[in-house]
Amino acid sequence: MPLTSLPDAEAQCAALAELIRPQLHPDSMLVGIHSGGVWVARRLAQLLGLPEQIGLIDVSFYRDDFGEKGLHPQVKPTSIPFDVEGRPLILVDDVLYTGRTTRAAINELFDYGRPASIRLAVLADRGERELPIYAEFCTWQVELGKKEELVLEPNTTGRLQWRQAEHA
Amino acid sequence: MHNPQLNDHGELTHLLSTDGLPREILTQILDIASSFLEVSDRDVKKVPLLRGKSVFNLFFENSTRTRTTFEIAAKRLSADVINLDVGRSSTAKGETLLDTIDNLVAMHADMFVVRHGSSGAPYLIVDHLHRIGRTDVHVVNAGDGRHAHPTQGLLDMYTIRHYKKDFANLTVAIVGDILHSRVARSDIHALTTLGVGEVRAVGPQTLLPTALEKMGVRVCHDLQDGLKGCDVVIMLRLQNERMNGTLLPSAREYFSCYGLTPKTLALAKPDAIVMHPGPMNRGVEIDSEVADGPQAVILPQVTFGIAVRMAVMSILAGN
Repeated sequence: MPLTSLPDAEAQCAALAELIRPQLHPDSMLVGIHSGGVWVARRLAQLLGLPEQIGLIDVSFYRDDFGEKGLHPQVKPTSIPFDVEGRPLILVDDVLYTGRTTRAAINELFDYGRPASIRLAVLADRGERELPIYAEFCTWQVELGKKEELVLEPNTTGRLQWRQAEHA
Repeated sequence: MHNPQLNDHGELTHLLSTDGLPREILTQILDIASSFLEVSDRDVKKVPLLRGKSVFNLFFENSTRTRTTFEIAAKRLSADVINLDVGRSSTAKGETLLDTIDNLVAMHADMFVVRHGSSGAPYLIVDHLHRIGRTDVHVVNAGDGRHAHPTQGLLDMYTIRHYKKDFANLTVAIVGDILHSRVARSDIHALTTLGVGEVRAVGPQTLLPTALEKMGVRVCHDLQDGLKGCDVVIMLRLQNERMNGTLLPSAREYFSCYGLTPKTLALAKPDAIVMHPGPMNRGVEIDSEVADGPQAVILPQVTFGIAVRMAVMSILAGN
């Protein structure tokens, strides 16, 4: 069932920042997962007054479906511009679903060092987890059909907004 | 025409030559390589893409740099790499190339990286794998005879794009023994597919193949003419064995006519880059002052070569 109305993603970013704020450590750093998670992480960095330099992660090299699907044609470089060792990290994504992307991102982060902790922050959690993964910070629980997809994207003025799509 | 490098979906499944590769695939390889570049800067220089896969390095011809960079690339993708000293083992005992391949397939090889003195040897392997129904095994040509050396061609394209951003308005001069150079052939095919403004082949008549113009190349027998206004200068190695024949009078005379010196390089654009596939012969095709100078990007080529080979192997393994 398509959703009748989609929430304001910018307002969700602000709400997510307020959920994170009380638990923020002075050394905390944000890591956004390409591409939706990076946009959300950039918003959170502004809202929380964190340094502009956030970590960017593309999990294409760590995916568990490489054997079936091959390499994603649009891989972006991962860039972690700070020392991960001993640091509390907040991993940011737009949508949490099966948990496989999160698993891949955690594995990739550990190749940079041993963080003090990794917490997960997402705008939307659509359930249907296939791995024991949990978002500590989340603004929206949503139920969708298997073929339905939630896409976060900036509009022409740069405002983040949700779009609902259907895949084959 | 059937392109043995592509599968039924038009995806790259073997890399045999830059000739016949569509522009989108060339660009895709370069884009993915730029993501792999960062992996080599990490503490843990590894990603798990090819974990559990076996890559066999089959070098029927000697090579240190190419074999090593393929080995590093495969290891950074977490593959198991097996280096076969084929020149000294089974082939020397009389085993045919395809029997060697059958034996390695029986050992569950997933990918072959092949260098062979005979042009077309990797094509023969691909054809054979197809015939025995093993389309899950991939082949990378690491240099076949005088024909092709596609990963060198691709890393050269990566290097040019890294320093010059856009191919469209560039003038690229390839200087030296183009007749015997598989690197030159792979470069020319890739450069023309990527839409470079002008490609020049510079060298003495005896070291240039005939009908080069048909590949869309401007031929120059004079180094000064060839370098004038260039953005990129690709120097080729003058192989010592060519000296003994009748193609050239002497290494000294070659250097005085075609060696790249600070004085001749000054004819190119001031921001021109100088490339060389290595190994270099200092004082034969290139002066040390140029090879070690600020315009040389010969060592970055080696670093980029690892990322390009990682990109190629991971694309093939996924298709």
